[in-house]
Amino acid sequence: MARVVVDVMPKPEILDVQGQAVSRALTRIGVTGIEVRQGKHFELEVDESVDDETLHRIAGDLLANPVIEDWTVTRV
Amino acid sequence: MSARIGVITFPGTLDDVDAARAVRYAGAEAVPLWHGDHDLQGVEAVVVPGGFSYGDYLRAGAIASLAPIMREVVDAAGRGLPVLGICNGFQILCEAGLLPGALTRNEKLHFVCRDQVLRVDNADTAWTGGYAGGDEIVVPVKNAEGRFVAAPDTLAELEAEGRVAFRYVGGNPNGSMNDIAGVTSANGRVVGLMPHPEHAIDLLTGPSVQGLGLFTSVLGALAGASL
Repeated sequence: MARVVVDVMPKPEILDVQGQAVSRALTRIGVTGIEVRQGKHFELEVDESVDDETLHRIAGDLLANPVIEDWTVTRV
Repeated sequence: MSARIGVITFPGTLDDVDAARAVRYAGAEAVPLWHGDHDLQGVEAVVVPGGFSYGDYLRAGAIASLAPIMREVVDAAGRGLPVLGICNGFQILCEAGLLPGALTRNEKLHFVCRDQVLRVDNADTAWTGGYAGGDEIVVPVKNAEGRFVAAPDTLAELEAEGRVAFRYVGGNPNGSMNDIAGVTSANGRVVGLMPHPEHAIDLLTGPSVQGLGLFTSVLGALAGASL
């Protein structure tokens, strides 16, 4: 089995209201100067037979929505 | 014989009962459809109602869009079956690729629950043929992820082709691009909107009866009266 990480982030032009809310909360614990964008991190245990093309397909077809999100696939 | 209109239930659907009631108020037979089935039971149109589905894990509507019944809906929509998605149903239709764009967290992260004025911008779809273009209707809106977004070229295409079916009037509740509340497919057979017309069919429980028009419109479309 191999380990693969898929990271999904809202596209830069998409308003990330969750990230904004986290950024504002940081100021409440006295930390300023940080802007947060919030995404998703998936850890996949994959059989050796699963090729990169399949990994990119599942990332683009299911784990991310290409309308609003970008993603990266990394074998670790 | 009255038209048979399917109403899908997913794990977590809340508004299937009201959607079925709206179908009956319109004069059709409501046929319950189950998310795990591959059988559309020969219905002539389908309503994908609101609420939640599969916990809305991953993204709202993402997992439901891959449910067995949705594979049948996507195939049938390709053959011209009228499909209406309301709220979570709209999210599911976008995730299934039947409608363009995506629904994201509301501006300011507010859950918005209020009576909302909508303008019918396209009265030539299977679900809006009973309205006149420019009609304003009052229906409830209730969601946390109703902010419609689309890529700039997609948005321009929707506007140029008149595919914005409903637009928010008197205040955009969630930051949706171009005040878009609902859109239609290129052929006008598939419509999705975030507000809830099925909750506005009886003055006992809703702010108006102006939502019923979507459900009567499709009967006209099925009869060939408005398309």
